[in-house]
Amino acid sequence: MTAAGSPAFSAAARPSRGGRRLPLSWLGIIPFAIYIGCFLLLPTAIIVAGSFANPAGGIDLSNFTSINQPFIIQSFTSSFLISAISALVGAVSGALLAYAVVTGNPNGMLRRSVTSAAGVLAQFGGVTLAFAFIATLGTIGFVTVFLKNIGIDIFANGVWLYELSGLTLIYLYFQIPLMVLVFTPALDGVRPQWREATESLGGNTWHYWRYVAGPLLAPSFLGCTLLLFANSFSAYATAAALITQGGVIVPLEIQHVLVSEVGRSQPGLAKALALAMIVVVAIVMTLYSLLQRRTSRWLR
Amino acid sequence: MNWHRFHRLGIAAATVLIVAACGSSSAAGSVDWSKQTSAAGGGGMDALVAAAKAEGKLTVIALPPDWANYGAIISGFKAKYGIDVTSLNPNGSSQEEVDAFDGTSRAPDVVDVTQAVAVKNTSLFAPYKVQTWGDIPAGGKEATGLWYNDYGGYMSIGYNPAKVPHINSIDDLLGPGFKSTVALSGDPTISGQGLNGVIMAAVAEGGSLDDVSKGVDFFHKLRQAGNYVKVIATAATVKSGQTPVIFQWDYLSTSHGKDIANWTIFVPSNAIIGGYYNQAINKAAPHPAAARLWEEYLYSNEGQNLWLKGGARPVRQAAMTAAGTVNSAAAAALPSVPGTPQIPTAAQSTAAFAYLNAHWSAAVA
Repeated sequence: MTAAGSPAFSAAARPSRGGRRLPLSWLGIIPFAIYIGCFLLLPTAIIVAGSFANPAGGIDLSNFTSINQPFIIQSFTSSFLISAISALVGAVSGALLAYAVVTGNPNGMLRRSVTSAAGVLAQFGGVTLAFAFIATLGTIGFVTVFLKNIGIDIFANGVWLYELSGLTLIYLYFQIPLMVLVFTPALDGVRPQWREATESLGGNTWHYWRYVAGPLLAPSFLGCTLLLFANSFSAYATAAALITQGGVIVPLEIQHVLVSEVGRSQPGLAKALALAMIVVVAIVMTLYSLLQRRTSRWLR
Repeated sequence: MNWHRFHRLGIAAATVLIVAACGSSSAAGSVDWSKQTSAAGGGGMDALVAAAKAEGKLTVIALPPDWANYGAIISGFKAKYGIDVTSLNPNGSSQEEVDAFDGTSRAPDVVDVTQAVAVKNTSLFAPYKVQTWGDIPAGGKEATGLWYNDYGGYMSIGYNPAKVPHINSIDDLLGPGFKSTVALSGDPTISGQGLNGVIMAAVAEGGSLDDVSKGVDFFHKLRQAGNYVKVIATAATVKSGQTPVIFQWDYLSTSHGKDIANWTIFVPSNAIIGGYYNQAINKAAPHPAAARLWEEYLYSNEGQNLWLKGGARPVRQAAMTAAGTVNSAAAAALPSVPGTPQIPTAAQSTAAFAYLNAHWSAAVA
């Protein structure tokens, strides 16, 4: 016996008893709400409150004005750069891979192996991924050493693995599979009949992509690119394990202004940086969901 | 009526105070060690040992076992007094040490911090003078005992001669034989050790403790030559060979000798930069007596010689050498330092940091 039915029904069934008219269906969401409250809303509130507090205990914007320092601007630029490049390259390569998979046999070996591999690799980030790259392409990684022995020094102009370029390469390792995962459903939604319709109306392949598939897939493609951007913008552990020296990207800079023992320790500034990141990700994710809504109108 | 109540309250309060006072004077076990500024003040060393044993626990933080012999020091303290030592976050920074003062029973009792953190956080420390207080040079302690130097050493360049050429001056590092090999042991905008590495480069390159810009320029050149590695050197990166040349305190660098045969330590004679870490007691230490006993242990001959065995120079070394209580074998094993050491003051370190805060990222990016 449950009171989860429509309010009208429960009211009709028990007209004489007052009180328990509220539908109880919302009870099911309580664990989720508590979880979100403790691990998303509460920390966000602490960050917002902390970012407006100055060291003297007052409230002002000093933390936000101190964002305007060369090293912080630089890390924001780097964060945007690495997120944009890894999102674009990841989106294009991921989309091509997804297209290759979708046009093949839907129950074939290729599709099953690629999608399950993508599912695993999209989550393969953090310390393990950084270590995998250090062990293969680091200064003493086995590929590096092997190539050196046959006369090729991949680090002839410095160790780029610990730079932004290396980090971008490593991010692609989880960005491309993520693109395959999120873009495949959109490609699946494109019906073969549309292509046949284009052809029966005299259109060629170019017309099909330009006037039918392109416009249909564009919102989804852009949306997935934004998702990849947010994914890379907020990544921390991979970069932290790889680049231990220097706050190259914003999440590392936040850690640095928290723990500095020689004078850079400013908890308020760290919170202001975190808030700035939240704003960026919130904007990106809002655009993403708007684009997804547009996509879902056609592709079901 | 109101006055009456106030009056009664006053009597009650006075009674409590008297009872409390009697309690503390009658039973030795109930001395409030969190208020004592010396062992004598609380009834002497025996009383301190008894009180610390009654607490039974001590919490320390950011003490890696391979750092200045802390592994042996902690087990020595445990064995001598039967007090259990909890070691938190061994690889934390000095700032994280004082950030851990959260008022709970899990907070660290004592810290070992850089000068910058010690000077900035005196309001969080309890003053205490160890029995050997007089042996600590006046410049190395806060007059009331809020913090005091514990051990130190000189900034050095440690390297693996099997991988790189021999180093005779800091400029050698710019040569082609050092491609992708040179690393700092900390980010200079975060760690005192990293900062002192840059200060050493500055002094060697013609700058001074007051002008660190030449050190930043040096690392910029090192970076342009492709010789600087953006990795913080640790025992693991040295052992694996990722960082065969590292700027590090000499007493920490010696520990790589057990992983790398012929590990060599070079201290440039024109840039001998010394630095001391500092002890301080948490004002709200959960184990106030054990915290004070820990300090007494560290500054005893036994504790000082343990640091010396780890290659660090304990602050009482001069006094102990004069008294003949120093472990002479350990003292002889220290790397020789050919010249006059310079020790940056807190103000010089702060000024150096301010310059790096503005220029470091751009120089090595």
